[in-house]
Amino acid sequence: MTASPIRVLVAKPGLDGHDRGAKIVARALRDAGMEVIYTGLRQTPEQIVNVALQEDVDAIGISILSGAHNSILPRICELLRQEEMEDVLLVVGGIIPNEDIPALKSAGVAEVFQPGVSTQEIVDFIRTHVRQKNAPTG
Amino acid sequence: MAKETETGVEAKQDAISRRVSAAEMEWQEKILKPALERSPERRRAFTTTSGVEIERLYTPADLPNFNYERDLGDPGEYPYTRGIHSTMYRGKIWTMRQFSGFGTPEETNQRLHYLLSQGQTGLSIAFDLPTLMGYDSDHPLAEGEVGKCGVAVSSLADMEVLLQGLPLEQVSTSMTINSPAAVIWAMYLVAAEKSGADWKKLSGTIQNDILKEYIAQKEYIFPPAPSMRLVVDTISFAARETPRWNPISISGYHIREAGSTAVQELAFTLRDGVEYVEWVLRAGLAVDDFAPRISFFFNAHNDLFEEVAKFRAARKVWARVIRERFGAKNPRSWTCRFHTQTAGCSLTAQQPYNNVVRTTIQALAAVLGGTQSLHTNSLDEAWSLPTEDAATLALRTQQVLAYESGLTEVVDPLAGSYLLEKLTLQTERACYEYFDKIDAMGGMVAAIEKGFPQREIHEAAYAYQRAIESKDKIIVGVNEFTSCEQPINILVVDQGVAATQRRKLRELRERRNHAQVQSTLETLGNAARTDQNLMPFILNCVRSYATLGEICDVLRRVFGKYEEPAFR
Repeated sequence: MTASPIRVLVAKPGLDGHDRGAKIVARALRDAGMEVIYTGLRQTPEQIVNVALQEDVDAIGISILSGAHNSILPRICELLRQEEMEDVLLVVGGIIPNEDIPALKSAGVAEVFQPGVSTQEIVDFIRTHVRQKNAPTG
Repeated sequence: MAKETETGVEAKQDAISRRVSAAEMEWQEKILKPALERSPERRRAFTTTSGVEIERLYTPADLPNFNYERDLGDPGEYPYTRGIHSTMYRGKIWTMRQFSGFGTPEETNQRLHYLLSQGQTGLSIAFDLPTLMGYDSDHPLAEGEVGKCGVAVSSLADMEVLLQGLPLEQVSTSMTINSPAAVIWAMYLVAAEKSGADWKKLSGTIQNDILKEYIAQKEYIFPPAPSMRLVVDTISFAARETPRWNPISISGYHIREAGSTAVQELAFTLRDGVEYVEWVLRAGLAVDDFAPRISFFFNAHNDLFEEVAKFRAARKVWARVIRERFGAKNPRSWTCRFHTQTAGCSLTAQQPYNNVVRTTIQALAAVLGGTQSLHTNSLDEAWSLPTEDAATLALRTQQVLAYESGLTEVVDPLAGSYLLEKLTLQTERACYEYFDKIDAMGGMVAAIEKGFPQREIHEAAYAYQRAIESKDKIIVGVNEFTSCEQPINILVVDQGVAATQRRKLRELRERRNHAQVQSTLETLGNAARTDQNLMPFILNCVRSYATLGEICDVLRRVFGKYEEPAFR
């Protein structure tokens, strides 16, 4: 019996409407056998964490290119803590300067994917870092 | 066998039939075939950046029965394939118009003055996301976003600071604003008027292209019908009040940035143009009343020849559409005037100095393609908004092309190239195929509601990503020729911008005439429920210092908000 597929929420927070990358990542994760829910645009941190909770996802992928990451991501991390969802893997892609990465990781972001990364790297990272849900049998 | 394979490839190609001469067949047998046997080509097939298969060699056989007068024509003459002016850059060099904006209106005003001092010849203003979405800087949804992607403008007061000291009657101003374009334009008009400028002399552009927001950029507020009403209102108003202003810049740039092919960029943009013309005609204007002031905005991507063919096909298709489909009689209605921006999506975070090279090639394509106006991206595009140094180098790129390269000395210098003329014809035809599909769906608004252009773009974007990840497409510094990265200095928007803007809004609300603001907003709300042109009402709100958010909230209440259909 195989473990159930990894469930991932792909989300676009804030006002940014550029979704080329988010849609490509969502599709690549699906092609890799994961179950993907895509929130659509202009979600608040509250909405994102709420959907993640409802959908019982294993990972959340945030796409943000607008420069608002330093206020949005810590807010998402705070909400995940409040909901006791810290074991949900949180990854981010978009335009994130190097200088901002250490603080994001301290806040709870597992990895930051900057322009040029391949979808395979994202798939591999999620596979290897996501929490184990079902012990494989047989 | 090599020869059969060659013929097979040619037959697969589209139907501008290729008549191979006896001499060419002999060349294939005697020269090409042995060369291929000694040294096969690097790939089975070569494609453009958009995935269009490209042949080894183009000869007269690719253009059977090509007639210069019938199939090409001279510049400055219908259908303008070779350029909208007979002298092009020998008469006037394209406008160097660098897209700029960040932080507070004061900071952006400084950058605009700086760029003018360095030789830029047109202004182009970038607004932040709250402004683009019709929110004031102190709205809860503006948290973390104020001044980050462009300048924060919440009121006429901000616009006055933004434009302080700029020679508005002498230099044209382009503003990249879409859903709230009517409001921002009203702020510009009132600020210009207060500084003593005559509306009849104001030259510039508002992007105001809502259809491409639904298709690609996604900065929509209201649903399609009321959004189109606002576009029609601005176009009608401009036709009467601002004869030198382009009230719309129908855009392919964003469609391309979202991942479309060159043909999709061209076809969706021009078909958007058809849609806008239909809506304005239904509002009662005659086509020649407004068509001369329709303008366009294209992307200049990496593949030089594909891009030049696209620009030439754009002029040819638009001229025919506006004259034949809509019966325009004024030659100024027939000309596809456009601004170009080099492709942001092609630039890399890795080895950012390579981006200067990419931008140069792309700018070259735009100039060889006959653009009227050009923005060149900065090397730090994938990291942040441009630093002053990076923006200066981008401007210098244009200046070197203009003054040192010989590009401006000949009109449409690549004409007559077998490759280019063939590609131009192929692009034109592929564009019409998309027109037929979209017409059959009931038009562009209907096609958008069905998700058609959005799906086409996503498929092209996904195919491109797969090609990069399989190394079918090489991106220097990213999937090949990587090296240890040296960080560069990037622009960081001052943290204090949001607080400054919030304070200014508080002060504004204290000093303005509250009753007058409420009255103008209420009058606007009532007018929005009728079919009156909303520009005069918006202008009154702006004059009373109603904020962008307050005005847009009135419109949100009347028009509703748009939700995109779910992506599967």
